[in-house]
Amino acid sequence: MSQVIRIHPAEDFKARSRSVLNDPGQRKNFRGAMDFLQAKRSAQFPDQDELASLRELGASIRRYSLAHLPQLLEQLETNLTAHGVQVHWAQNAEEANAIALGIARRVEAKRIIKGKSMVSEEIEFNHAMEAAGIEAFESDMGEYIVQLADEKPSHIIMPAIHKTKQEIAKLFADKIPGVDYTEDVDALIQIGRQVLRRKFAQADIGLSGVNFAVAETGSLCLIENEGNGRLCTTVPRVHIAITGIEKVVHKLEHVPPLLSLLTRSATGQSITTYVNLISGPRKADEKDGPEEVHLILLDNGRTQAYADEQLRATLQCIRCGACMNHCPVYARIGGHAYGTTYPGPIGAIISPHMLGLESTYPLAFASTLCGACGEVCPVKIPIPDLLVRLRNEAQARPDSAEATLRGSGAARTPLISLVWRFWSLVYSRLGLYRLTSWFMSRGRALSPTEQGAWTRSRTPLIPAPQRLRDLLKERHK
Amino acid sequence: MSARESILGRLRSTPVATRPPLPDVGAWFAAHQRQEDLPQRIRRLRSALEAVHTEVHDTTEADWPALLARLAAAKGLRTLLIGDGTAHGAALEASSPEGLQLVPYAQAIDAWRDTLFDGIDASLTLARSAIAETGSLVLWPSAAEPRTMSLVPPVHFVLLDVACIHADFHSTLRAEGWAQGLPTNALLISGPSKTADIQQTLAYGAHGPRELVVLLRHAPGVAA
Repeated sequence: MSQVIRIHPAEDFKARSRSVLNDPGQRKNFRGAMDFLQAKRSAQFPDQDELASLRELGASIRRYSLAHLPQLLEQLETNLTAHGVQVHWAQNAEEANAIALGIARRVEAKRIIKGKSMVSEEIEFNHAMEAAGIEAFESDMGEYIVQLADEKPSHIIMPAIHKTKQEIAKLFADKIPGVDYTEDVDALIQIGRQVLRRKFAQADIGLSGVNFAVAETGSLCLIENEGNGRLCTTVPRVHIAITGIEKVVHKLEHVPPLLSLLTRSATGQSITTYVNLISGPRKADEKDGPEEVHLILLDNGRTQAYADEQLRATLQCIRCGACMNHCPVYARIGGHAYGTTYPGPIGAIISPHMLGLESTYPLAFASTLCGACGEVCPVKIPIPDLLVRLRNEAQARPDSAEATLRGSGAARTPLISLVWRFWSLVYSRLGLYRLTSWFMSRGRALSPTEQGAWTRSRTPLIPAPQRLRDLLKERHK
Repeated sequence: MSARESILGRLRSTPVATRPPLPDVGAWFAAHQRQEDLPQRIRRLRSALEAVHTEVHDTTEADWPALLARLAAAKGLRTLLIGDGTAHGAALEASSPEGLQLVPYAQAIDAWRDTLFDGIDASLTLARSAIAETGSLVLWPSAAEPRTMSLVPPVHFVLLDVACIHADFHSTLRAEGWAQGLPTNALLISGPSKTADIQQTLAYGAHGPRELVVLLRHAPGVAA
């Protein structure tokens, strides 16, 4: 089936960024939320040595898992199948949605209740189900708010981070029948609880993501605070879990260190309220739990990242969101400006594999390369290096050896190519270099005073009246 | 070619320059684990649980049914879901707590879903063990104590024998041999359900229980 990805990151990124930058309310929301999350994370890691060695361990587990990925996926499939879990493989969003739809049609499902799953956002699951006449209802409080407002999540961990409680109060009063306006957060949460409680009891299918898939035991590990994830995976008669192929780990004992890094980095909690380890559907003598459990393993461009020794590190990600929480760009423009399911630094490095560089390259340039993302990443993904690599890919000549990705060379324009060709010519020929720099220093009066974006907030760039070599010559006279 | 073959084929055709050895998780935990005795682990567990709005009460093998009855009465609870055919359920029934109707989880959820969601005030389950480091209760739901017992009723009582408190998650997995065999569902529960999805304001009682009450059962002759 076909579906529409409605946002085009490359086309509208700058316009969307500018609109947030000009909105003091939004900027205050994001700044406040980022300060809050940074402080919470920092309080969880008082011991820098422990943090350093735990990050090293986390990174080594993720690198090991990726180095053995095909074998681990097969082991996971074998063990899950032995437990009675049905494993499906999807190369892209269309295939993943078609698999879910096939299951839904077979069990004659009318309603799907969803736990938090960024992969389901990635494949536009809700739209695909709605198009087929099946209701897909978000049950994570943040996702519920975003769905009610007909928006998309602006953060991978806290989907409604862009909204104030006043906005949510108004949304609930407008959209939920019989609800009066209240800004009391406890009251708002209780309203959500009551609405969604009925949905859990009525749903035919529960959909969830996966935090870690354990090959050794054939288990799916899910973490959450609200209990909606457990309800989605426990109450409906069918549970469908969907995850990227990179989420697999080999040993069960690989989970505790990654779990600790994940919750402490994400929300500054030593652990989430629930850690839910699922190893199969309801057994004959059990009284609850789903009768069917399905796992959909999604590629959607991940094998492109995997194929490259450097870009493979992208797949180490455990989706904690710390990189966006510490990104000076994300803090100012928020998640929606990126236009991709995954915003922030991780979004900039993962989205090109999912959507192609042609529609996502501006994201790699939307970074100051300050290095904060790489410094806080709990599994040590060298995010700034990968951003630079993607910038190079975006400028590469499409038929050259440097162009290895879908959409490589997309940022290339005749003018930029010409500038770079001139640059390399000048810098590789001494005589030409001297001549050019002589003309530059003598012709400085001709420098334009309007230099595009540079002069919007800076003084114009004007070559020095004397070249460095002239200054040195004078000094040695 | 199937999606499975295509994906695995692409992964297999990628040359992987270095294959790192299996990470030594045990060594890291051996170097970083707190060496604490049982009273220290009990204190750590209690303070971690209390930090996330969990009530923790000390009790004994003989006294816990009366304690539970008092707590239930103080909270105005009228119905309590208990496991079917469990020793602690039987002990509670034998104490016949006044004003508290004990409901055994006797039939599959499909037969009484609405009552479970709307007609049960609280539940009692036994914890398999606990984790001091993070203040987590370990539950392995079973036919006798199904998954929804710790999830759907608004108040959840958990009985925990203090002898089963491990230092951290890693030592729990190791000591209890989880990798050798897991139930269909294994859980860590660290407090009542909560959310901070509205303007980072923490609110308890999101979708799971609003209250978590831990009854720490001490062995006779061991100081609390």
